Amino acid sequence: MSSTIYESVRMPPTDLGDSKPSSARVTKVLYGAGEASRSGIWVGIFAITMSFAAFTSAIFVRQGSAADWTHIVLPPILYGNTLALLLSSATLQMARRAIAATPAAESRAIRNGLSWLTATLALGFVFIGGQYEAWRQLAAQGLYLATNPNSSFYYVLTAMHGLHVLAGIAALVFVMSRIAVSSTAFRKSTFEATATYWHFMGVLWLYLLLVLRTKL
Amino acid sequence: MEEASAQAHVHAPPEGFLRKYVFSLDHKVIGKQYYALALLAVSMGMALSWLMRFHLVWPTTRIPGLELLSKAGAPGGVITPEYYLSLLTMHGTLMVFFVLTNAPFAAFGNYFLPIQIGAEDMAFPRFNMVSFWTTLVAFLVLILAFAVPDGPPISGWTSYAPLSAVGKDAGPGMGWGMNLWGISIAIFCIGSLLGALNFIATTLDLRAKGMTLMRMPICTWAWFITSCIALLAFAVLLPACILLILDRTAGTSFFIPSGLVVSDRLQPHSGGSPLLWQHLFWFFGHPEVYIAILPSMGIVSHILINSMRKPLLSARVIIYSMMSIGFLSWMVWGHHMFVSGMNPFSSLLFSFPTLTITIPATIMTLIWLGSLYGANIRINAASLFALGFISMFVSGGVSGFFLAQPSIDIVLHATYFVVGHFHMVMGVASIFGVFAGTYFWFGKMTGRMMNETLGQLHFWLTFIGTYCIFMPFHYLGLVGNVRRYSAFVNDFTGPLMPLHKFITIAALGTGAAQLIFIFNLIYSRYKGAPAPENPWNGTTLEWSVPSPPPWNNFGGKHPVIYHDPYQYDVKGSKGDYIMQDSPESSAG
Repeated sequence: MSSTIYESVRMPPTDLGDSKPSSARVTKVLYGAGEASRSGIWVGIFAITMSFAAFTSAIFVRQGSAADWTHIVLPPILYGNTLALLLSSATLQMARRAIAATPAAESRAIRNGLSWLTATLALGFVFIGGQYEAWRQLAAQGLYLATNPNSSFYYVLTAMHGLHVLAGIAALVFVMSRIAVSSTAFRKSTFEATATYWHFMGVLWLYLLLVLRTKL
Repeated sequence: MEEASAQAHVHAPPEGFLRKYVFSLDHKVIGKQYYALALLAVSMGMALSWLMRFHLVWPTTRIPGLELLSKAGAPGGVITPEYYLSLLTMHGTLMVFFVLTNAPFAAFGNYFLPIQIGAEDMAFPRFNMVSFWTTLVAFLVLILAFAVPDGPPISGWTSYAPLSAVGKDAGPGMGWGMNLWGISIAIFCIGSLLGALNFIATTLDLRAKGMTLMRMPICTWAWFITSCIALLAFAVLLPACILLILDRTAGTSFFIPSGLVVSDRLQPHSGGSPLLWQHLFWFFGHPEVYIAILPSMGIVSHILINSMRKPLLSARVIIYSMMSIGFLSWMVWGHHMFVSGMNPFSSLLFSFPTLTITIPATIMTLIWLGSLYGANIRINAASLFALGFISMFVSGGVSGFFLAQPSIDIVLHATYFVVGHFHMVMGVASIFGVFAGTYFWFGKMTGRMMNETLGQLHFWLTFIGTYCIFMPFHYLGLVGNVRRYSAFVNDFTGPLMPLHKFITIAALGTGAAQLIFIFNLIYSRYKGAPAPENPWNGTTLEWSVPSPPPWNNFGGKHPVIYHDPYQYDVKGSKGDYIMQDSPESSAG
């Protein structure tokens, strides 16, 4: 990586994908901003991982602090949601492949990529809707946020993960709105960063599902 | 090719007042905004400490006009014991979060990190703007606690559960005041996380050609290491705040145990762990100490080298020491919990890394002192504050050796000894770094130099004053004077009251001396001598640009780095120094 910092492709300013400068916008020359959005997203993933590690350790401590820990049965719909989220990673990968294959903005490839992105977005909404349905099913059993420590952690973890997925959905919408008129730099930085984040949401959910299954 | 494409992307500077000064994307403006926020917060925090010190020694004397701040908290201008704790909480929260995190790290880091690595801005300018405005919202939410009916919370800046989690029953301010505290800190975490992310990405990817990692100035390294710590620390405090807010508002029981009776009322919670809050909080809280002190260490090293006109014995070892401090900071949080009821065996485990952390700290001190030996140091306000930093750091740090041992800490933990320790080593030392940085960089930031005479007067008054305030705290603690009490009447502390009075007078005087600094800031901003490009004959990149730098820092040029950051005392060079971007050979 060190050699690429100075020698390889220098990206034009790409923070948040603002690659089309207009005189009204402040634009500076940020060499390496393309690399920065990639390392930025990994740094962000690191921080999110740390937050969920803190939640996990809270589960362990809370579990040991009193004898009120009982098992709750996870709503089966969670497995459907998991499938939707994993599928969305696959469709996003297809979009990436379609768009990355075109060095210039070639309209057919972009259209192809856009339809995969639409599928990804739809699956993202399916996941969020499914998570909401899981909450409703738990509530129907009388399990609310404050009912017992297990349900507390269930709601907190799913809500926090859901918020992060919503942020990913916002990023996807942003990418889709720009991809047709985007530059190579945009596709290599903002789009790539969004894709990395989205895949991480899937990995994080698998981890949380494991935690929720074994500990709750 | 790069030069050509660069020209194509340089655009006109921002137009319009809002974009230029308010919602600016420019890291330099954002750095100044952070500085201004820290200045506001430190003024408020200091005013609160005045009220506390005054009340401690004249507990029944009326403070005119104070009833306007809170009718219930200061009826007739006399502070109630509960309101004393409110002031204590707000003092600590303002100082730790909005001063010690903002000033040395966010303010100076934002302004100088991109320039020192040869970049035109931070990697994500929009995130950078969001970081500041998020932090400002956090500040406003915290201040709002003064306006709610029963005032700010009384739980201290550490907000220990379960009393912080049960709500109104825990005392005045523990209703809405405490909610606002939790929300404010959660928002602050988000702003700091975004800021830290930006710093890391910028340092990793936006360095100019030739600016290898080891060619970065020491303060850039300090900001980089600090941002790595902040990223992990605030990522843990945020979940802790969320769980605390839920316990308070949603009826969950993360931190509240079964059968807890507060104010004669059985709390409707069960099974929570109060220690969990302490673990999560101090897992953030101890690294926070290094978030406050590392940037000042970097700034001070940077200034000392320039003032001595010769390199440190080893700049690399300073950087490695800062890294090891950052690493060890994750293993020592339990030393805040020796008296918490934690397993005594854990205390022993936390004691060992705590003592280990003194090794890199001592190495750094020895490098500073060893480099100073025989150095013909330039004496000015900046270098005096840098020397004052070392003095404070050593004086405050030595008491850490004692507190690191559980058996001694059990006796001293709840006394003024701890107050003296952390105020000197974390508070005053870090602030001395900020003062040093201000006198050193003010010319670069505003285009005008600060008044040197006033600066040196400010130094001596502050230096002597802070020793007068915080040294006696150690003595008070050793003889058993407990902390957090609002007044000492009719008890064994009676003979200590003259000393308390001395401290209060010293605090009032030292605080008043800060008016010299404020005056100097304002006066020099408009009437100071014009600052040349490189007033201190510095070698790093911030001295290669005009004062103040143009909006795109290097005026569209792209610095190429040829040297390590501190090429002073170079034989055969034209001056006694070589700039980092000068092609001149350092071999002579």
